[in-house]
Amino acid sequence: MAEAYRLSIDAASAALAVRDISAVELTRAVLARIEATEPALRSFITVAADAALAQAQAADARLAGGDAPALCGIPLAIKDVILTRGLRSTAGSKILGNFVPPYSATVTRKLLDAGAVCVGKANCDEFAMGSSTENSAYAITRNPWNLSCVPGGSSGGSASAVAAGQCLGALGTDTGGSIRQPAACCGVVGIKPTYGRVSRYGVVAYASSLDQVGPLGRTVADCAHLLGAIAGHDPRDSTSVDCPTPDYRAALSGKLAGLRLGLPKEYFVDGMQPEVEQAVRAAVRQLESLGAAVDEVSLPHTEYAIAAYYLIATAEASSNLSRYDGIKYGFRAEAEALLEMYRRTRAQGFGAEVKRRIMLGTYALSSGYYDAYYLKAQKVRTLVRNDFLAVLDRCHAIVTPTAPTTAFRIGEKTADPLQMYLADIFTVSVNLAGLPGLSLPCGFDRTGLPIGLQLIGRPFDEQTVLNLAYAYEQATQWHLQQPEI
Amino acid sequence: MAHEAVIGLEVHAELLTESKIFCACSAKFGAPPNQNTCPVCLGMPGVLPVLNRRVVEFALKAGLAINCRIARYSRWARKNYFYPDLPKGYQISQYELPLCTGGEVEITTADGGTRAVRLTRIHMEEDTGKNIHDAHGDASLVDFNRCGVPLLEIVSEPDMHSPAEAGAYLRKLRSLLRYLEVCDGNMEEGSFRCDANISIRPRGSTVLGTKVEVKNMNSFRAVEKAIEFELRRQAEVLEQGGRLVQETRHWDPDREVTRPSRSKEFAHDYRYFPDPDLLPLLVSEQWIERVRAELPELPEARQARFGRDYGLPVYDAEVLTARKDLADYYEAAVRTHPNAKAISNWVMGDVLRIVRERKLDEVLVIRDWPVVPAQLAALVALIDNGQISGKIAKSVFETMAQTGASPERIVAEQGLTQVSDEAPIIAAIEQVLAANAAKVAEYRGGKDKLFGFFVGQVMKATQGKANPQKVNELLIQRLTGSP
Ligand SMILES: [Zn+2]
Repeated sequence: MAEAYRLSIDAASAALAVRDISAVELTRAVLARIEATEPALRSFITVAADAALAQAQAADARLAGGDAPALCGIPLAIKDVILTRGLRSTAGSKILGNFVPPYSATVTRKLLDAGAVCVGKANCDEFAMGSSTENSAYAITRNPWNLSCVPGGSSGGSASAVAAGQCLGALGTDTGGSIRQPAACCGVVGIKPTYGRVSRYGVVAYASSLDQVGPLGRTVADCAHLLGAIAGHDPRDSTSVDCPTPDYRAALSGKLAGLRLGLPKEYFVDGMQPEVEQAVRAAVRQLESLGAAVDEVSLPHTEYAIAAYYLIATAEASSNLSRYDGIKYGFRAEAEALLEMYRRTRAQGFGAEVKRRIMLGTYALSSGYYDAYYLKAQKVRTLVRNDFLAVLDRCHAIVTPTAPTTAFRIGEKTADPLQMYLADIFTVSVNLAGLPGLSLPCGFDRTGLPIGLQLIGRPFDEQTVLNLAYAYEQATQWHLQQPEI
Repeated sequence: MAHEAVIGLEVHAELLTESKIFCACSAKFGAPPNQNTCPVCLGMPGVLPVLNRRVVEFALKAGLAINCRIARYSRWARKNYFYPDLPKGYQISQYELPLCTGGEVEITTADGGTRAVRLTRIHMEEDTGKNIHDAHGDASLVDFNRCGVPLLEIVSEPDMHSPAEAGAYLRKLRSLLRYLEVCDGNMEEGSFRCDANISIRPRGSTVLGTKVEVKNMNSFRAVEKAIEFELRRQAEVLEQGGRLVQETRHWDPDREVTRPSRSKEFAHDYRYFPDPDLLPLLVSEQWIERVRAELPELPEARQARFGRDYGLPVYDAEVLTARKDLADYYEAAVRTHPNAKAISNWVMGDVLRIVRERKLDEVLVIRDWPVVPAQLAALVALIDNGQISGKIAKSVFETMAQTGASPERIVAEQGLTQVSDEAPIIAAIEQVLAANAAKVAEYRGGKDKLFGFFVGQVMKATQGKANPQKVNELLIQRLTGSP
């Protein structure tokens, strides 16, 4: 079978079921693809070839037994902020460089229980802080469509690996757009589920009230498979919600009749790349032609979202990252006295972006500033959420661009953090509101870089968003394009 | 100038739940270092807290018993600071919305009156681990067993005005928490700890003076001594025209002084904010009512009932209801043998003596102790039925406390049954009188005091088993009758 690593999960499952290919063969094909492309891409922090082959062997045994679980034998990549028992999990940071967790994240456990094969830990911005995957302590991941461009971030390794065929699907995390924005940059599908839909247990926390795990895949159906496998209530995560998980794959009907979509005027701003706007408007017309009704709507507090997001995210991050102090695990700097040890460990262990956010967050929570910053940001958050809920009262989903531009060049924005923060301008509001959001390919710019379309749904209504994306995907060819690498 | 002391106390009480507040680890004291730990209480990457509902019930018990207002909506906060015994770099606590507010504890004042000490709040939080220094050369070790053990922080208003009042408040609070069986109240093991906020002001003034926080006191005596020292020190500073500074001081129990805390240079900004990993705590009316219904009869009500139902003097009722297990023990014994006063005497005397000797009063274990209530009741019944003397009963009790055997069995095996038959007693009397002919003559000559001597000799001759009443009767007959 030529290019087995290019198979969709549906196709691979079918081939595995009839023994056209074994899980070991499929995993070997993927590992060979990693070996061939990894020197150029650097999608991974850790490739787990031996463990993956062992898991593939076990998958073959289950396939032979007849009642194989949903993802049996499917090779996947897992973002390095998601813990994998016995497999180094660094969160892209030097401070966790030697950390081998004695426990798995709930999402990891669920994937492995469903028979998936984990080929490695995908590169990411350190502690998921960034929009380009240039902030990893290990490597800069490159965009498979253009090696001089970033793959987006922070789940850039996951997106790049999926786009390049280094795995059939991947898990990422999304705090302010970290699944959707790199999915757009790399021309793949990525969905951030509703906050509370997927357990955060065992996911290295960046900003607890915004973080959510989600899948990246080459097709909408692949994402539906993966989301179905990881969703559901987890008693270990108090913020995970106890509501039934629909069969997302089965709900992909492609029928859009009766669906009403909102097109927020605030999301078409000056400074946006014209090709992005054109592609998104064309996609909206396409959705209309498929039977959806489209209204222009308003989300009036959009302009405050980025400021509120960076206050809340950095405040929570400053607290969440306190545990990396060199006392119990991870990197420890040598020093004579305790305070000096803390200072050196954190000075040497964290990268510049992480330090910048810790300091911002520490400041925002300091006594005397709490009311003016953190509390105010929480109030803005409520306004942003109410904006969305008012629109979603009338509309089944909202359509926007995923990012204002296509992938930028490596190094282009690293000197100007504020410019970098604007890469997530269309995605952060969705995290503030806790809603499901999906990005899928809707075109290419003149240099051949993919453009992403974002669909935002009602709370816990991932089905509608997936189905919209599915209908669009069936009607277009964008997802069939492949990067030449 | 005459000064008035103004004292407020912050008490940390470790709760007696089976497991920790946010994970399933055992909360028991005394395990080998780091045995009671898991990724959650060690604050490993990615882990999340899950609230133990029993902790809320224990806190509700305390809040309801103290007549606090219970918040239907309260919230968890993070208190951020760096210390090796704090694995997450923050402590999960309650801050601006605690579970309980208000309420009061009544204390007895020096003049014998009573006064209410008002509470500011009671909130729940997790305990931290423990640093152990210098165990091996210059290394410091950390034991995380206590990390995540649930605590109540009970904060009083500055309503106390002397070391004795502070002591009375603490004792009352501890006895209440122990009575509710939510805290073992052991100050030495740190499961009941106290910080004192102390200031002084000119008598009659209503303005609060500069307050000093004193920590590190691990006995009631230390609290009283530390407050006493601090009041004296503050008065001296003011009298010499000095100014007091707001600071934290530590009690040095060896020298009996407070000294400025070394960590003074770190003015802490804890950067409290709501913990995003935990949902707000919603306590329903039904939940509150269920806990209220499960509250035991509280000490004061029970004390009154002991006076009413058992005719006990106030003193007895107070001692017996100071702890729930003791009061339960007493009532169980009285139910078996209804001689309320005699059983009260035994419980207050010999039972409590043994409890103290065996240090059982530091933990709630009277119920595990060998002499069960029915056995104590049986012992009193043996006396009341005339089967053994009170004196013999004392030695039987000692054996019961050693072996846990029943009094009937001890009496039977050691042949201690009281002798009431006349023949053997008369025989013993004859023997004693014959051996002491000179004293008999003296008695008959009018030296009445010798009667006690004869009783003692007869009891000795019968190894204490003779019924003393019979001995008295028969001796008088023999001594006053014909020679
Ligand atoms: Zn634990």
